[in-house]
Amino acid sequence: MSNVTLKVNGSTHILDIEPGTPLLYILRNDLGLQGPKFGCGLGQCGACTVIVNGSAIRSCITSASSVKGEITTLEGIAKGGKLHPLQQAWIDEQVPQCGFCQNGQIMTAKALLDKIPSPTDAQIREGMNGVLCRCMTFYRVQAAIKRGAKAIADARSSVKSEVTA
Amino acid sequence: MTRNGIPREIEEQLDKTNVTPSRREFLRNAGMFAATFSAAGAAGSFVPEAKAQTAAVVSSDGAGPYPDPDFRQVDSWIVIHQDDTATFYVGKTDCGQGTGTAFRQIMSDELDFPYDRTTCIMGSTDITVDQGGSGGSTAMERDSWPMRRVAAEARRVLLEMAATRLDVPVDRLTVKEGVITETADPSKHVTYGQLVGGKRFNVAVKGNNINVITGVAAVKPVQALRNVGQSPQRYDIPAKVDGSLKWAVDVKLPGMVHARNVKPPFAGAKLISIDESSVRNMTGFVKVVSKGNYVAVVCEREEQAINASRRLKVRWEKPATAPFPSSEDLFQYMRSATPTAVLKPVVVGNPDAAFAAAATVIEADYDIPYQGHTAFSPAHALADPSNGLMTIYTNDMKSYGMRAGVATFLGMPRDKVRVIWMEGPQGFGRTAADDAGFEAAYLAKEIGRPVRIQWMRDEETAWDTKAPAFTVKVRGGLDASGNLVAYEYHGRAADHNHVGYNEPDTVLIAQLMGSRRAKPASGSSEIPAEMYAIPNRRMSRDVVSLPLVWETPVRTGNLRDPNGPQSTFAAESFIDELAAAAKTDPVEFRMKLLTASTTDDASFRRARSIAVVKAAAEAYGWDSRPQPRPVASGDVLTGRGFAYAFRGQTIAAEIAEVEVNRRTGHVWVKRLVCAHDCGLVINPEALRHTVECAMLHSLSRALYEEVQFDTEKVTSVDWVSHPSLRHADAPARIDVVLLNGDPNPNRSDLPPYGGGETACKPLLAAVANAIFDATGVRLRRVPFRDARVLAALKATRV
Repeated sequence: MSNVTLKVNGSTHILDIEPGTPLLYILRNDLGLQGPKFGCGLGQCGACTVIVNGSAIRSCITSASSVKGEITTLEGIAKGGKLHPLQQAWIDEQVPQCGFCQNGQIMTAKALLDKIPSPTDAQIREGMNGVLCRCMTFYRVQAAIKRGAKAIADARSSVKSEVTA
Repeated sequence: MTRNGIPREIEEQLDKTNVTPSRREFLRNAGMFAATFSAAGAAGSFVPEAKAQTAAVVSSDGAGPYPDPDFRQVDSWIVIHQDDTATFYVGKTDCGQGTGTAFRQIMSDELDFPYDRTTCIMGSTDITVDQGGSGGSTAMERDSWPMRRVAAEARRVLLEMAATRLDVPVDRLTVKEGVITETADPSKHVTYGQLVGGKRFNVAVKGNNINVITGVAAVKPVQALRNVGQSPQRYDIPAKVDGSLKWAVDVKLPGMVHARNVKPPFAGAKLISIDESSVRNMTGFVKVVSKGNYVAVVCEREEQAINASRRLKVRWEKPATAPFPSSEDLFQYMRSATPTAVLKPVVVGNPDAAFAAAATVIEADYDIPYQGHTAFSPAHALADPSNGLMTIYTNDMKSYGMRAGVATFLGMPRDKVRVIWMEGPQGFGRTAADDAGFEAAYLAKEIGRPVRIQWMRDEETAWDTKAPAFTVKVRGGLDASGNLVAYEYHGRAADHNHVGYNEPDTVLIAQLMGSRRAKPASGSSEIPAEMYAIPNRRMSRDVVSLPLVWETPVRTGNLRDPNGPQSTFAAESFIDELAAAAKTDPVEFRMKLLTASTTDDASFRRARSIAVVKAAAEAYGWDSRPQPRPVASGDVLTGRGFAYAFRGQTIAAEIAEVEVNRRTGHVWVKRLVCAHDCGLVINPEALRHTVECAMLHSLSRALYEEVQFDTEKVTSVDWVSHPSLRHADAPARIDVVLLNGDPNPNRSDLPPYGGGETACKPLLAAVANAIFDATGVRLRRVPFRDARVLAALKATRV
């Protein structure tokens, strides 16, 4: 066992854990952050996705002690009691069926939009292709990403115009 | 923990309405639990004395037992609160199609209550009536009826209460949105909450089983329904996107431990010995539990259990003979196997004579492999053995069946077991044959602590229940004018020992322990529904078995629209083959065979089929021409294909437009259209979404999914070896047209038919037909992975 310091959603945690323990189990079972889910344990499906240093990573195959940057989970992307624009877009498009994969869809989409604010259809398909959904909500996920991207862009331009006004 | 014996956050989520006293106290003190131990009660008659007896034996909260809520009591279904909100308790589960939202819509309509002031609670065996959970697209078609009738009865009773309170006869009262007003004097009014808020109705309805219960009040004509036909957003979605929902995978209990199974590495293997010393010194190790060929490791922490299950040394002995042929040889094996069950054929006219007289006869064989559920999350459950009772937290879509099954499996009285349904991945039949709940309960009883078990990915993909493989032979005869005059269909399914719902003697742990039933289920095969008026036809079916019947990963169970995608792939592909042989447009060819007759059946399926087929063709912009089109030049060939089917009373016609890459064999379904008639539509937006996803699920089965195995084990075990549809495969456009093709579209008793599964049925054939149109190549073996398509194109030099 050894001490590991994890910064998650703005809080710092010092944990005594077995080296090599995948981050997913620490988040879910020790920190009570259950947005990330177990789907395959192989890094193949995306259910366990969290964001570290701006990149969507698979927490089921990432050792907790290897994580250096701040971790953001699904629970941490709403700000000031307001849903992230992507979460709102997900509700507006009524994306989920069962919803079990949606953590991976939303977190991967967020990392995508943080890098490419206005992705093309092809960039969305490529950027999201590693995130599976067995209810097959892909069509609506893609619509929600476009809606979310627009909402983020609109919010930015309204902030800009406020500044210039 | 609450007094109810479950974590507070879970209780708040299960019963958000903060009923005081608790839900079970509420039911119990009124004697609202059915007399499950009384023979008279079990037979269905209403016995007040027995009820009182049940109430007397119920002890304090949390400690159980957990008798069944009495479905004949209005209070078991509807609670009105003092703040003019209402809670509906229904015996269903929601696998992600939004049925809970639909129940709220239809019940609030009958109750005349504002939709947005209602909540729906489902699937927990101790606080909701037993409607069996979900399955078979029955949510609206069957199970919404008792909900409607009880809500209508509650409204009637509330009007009577108001008449007494306001001293005005009922016929001079108006009810709207939960407020009852004297029609002539609107200043005199009373709300539902003021009349019965926090109190019991104490009103019984009648009926020998839950599906037929009714009070005095009649349900409303559909024209009077206000919420039905609207699309309120699904109430379950916000918590699914902000991470706040507690799923069945998320439950934590004090003192809980984690378990993982150790499955036999070869099908039919026999356990020789376990070397416990291989894991005994691992941190957190609790116990190895084994009985027969069932082995599990229990540890304090989840990752410890995973590691220990991998490290545990177990010796297994391979069976003397191969358990199955390899998946490469499956269809050859199936075609030459002796059937284990032969089902009665349907014969109309004189097919032999008609074939003899036909101008053209064609025939074809279609093969569909085993296809798995491969749920997005592997099977999981948490069982709590506290107080000599058993509480199981599960996503089992038939939680009521799990309760009965686990009670029998463990030898516990039924009312000492409760099953709390929570959300989980998909459903689609897998969680109706839910192994993990039985395993968690068994292990919890053995260990004496709450046990959470979860299967691993390779375990789930290899060992989950599968849709049976089919091989289908179809033959058709055309007369000189191209009319279909003779038809023969033979469907053979590898479905012997089909696993039923939560059966204590077929669930996998029971098989591995050797406590299985003596006689395997005979399984089933399928012939297509009688969609077309073909004058001479013979449709037959039988079932074959793989060599290994028990303890095999290649085991069959119900998968969404069981057998429908397989049989419809063959039947609707072959109709296109006949249309091509007749050099006729495939939609026109079908329309000639669709003879509308109101005497065909009570729900006018052929008349409605004509409307649905036309609507799909119109929505797509279908231009009439024979198929295939002349093969184009260039790398990408495009085509469109049509297929239609009904399932029960629901009709779906689908059109796929494909791009086939001649160089790679890759198929992209660029556009999908579905015209869909399921009678009364409760929530159009939720239904459209369900239809979209049902089509894409079948698209995944058409393009990618196949259970592969060698002669000793399943080899398709993860998302690489068992590919599934991905984002890149999503069509650029999907159109879902909902219609009502009833000959009398304005009938006031238009019923809702099943909405969940019909759209799964025609899609495989629509894609195959589109590939044929694009390339002239007929694919008769699912799935259409790139390599198979490319080989077929090369073989015909496209």
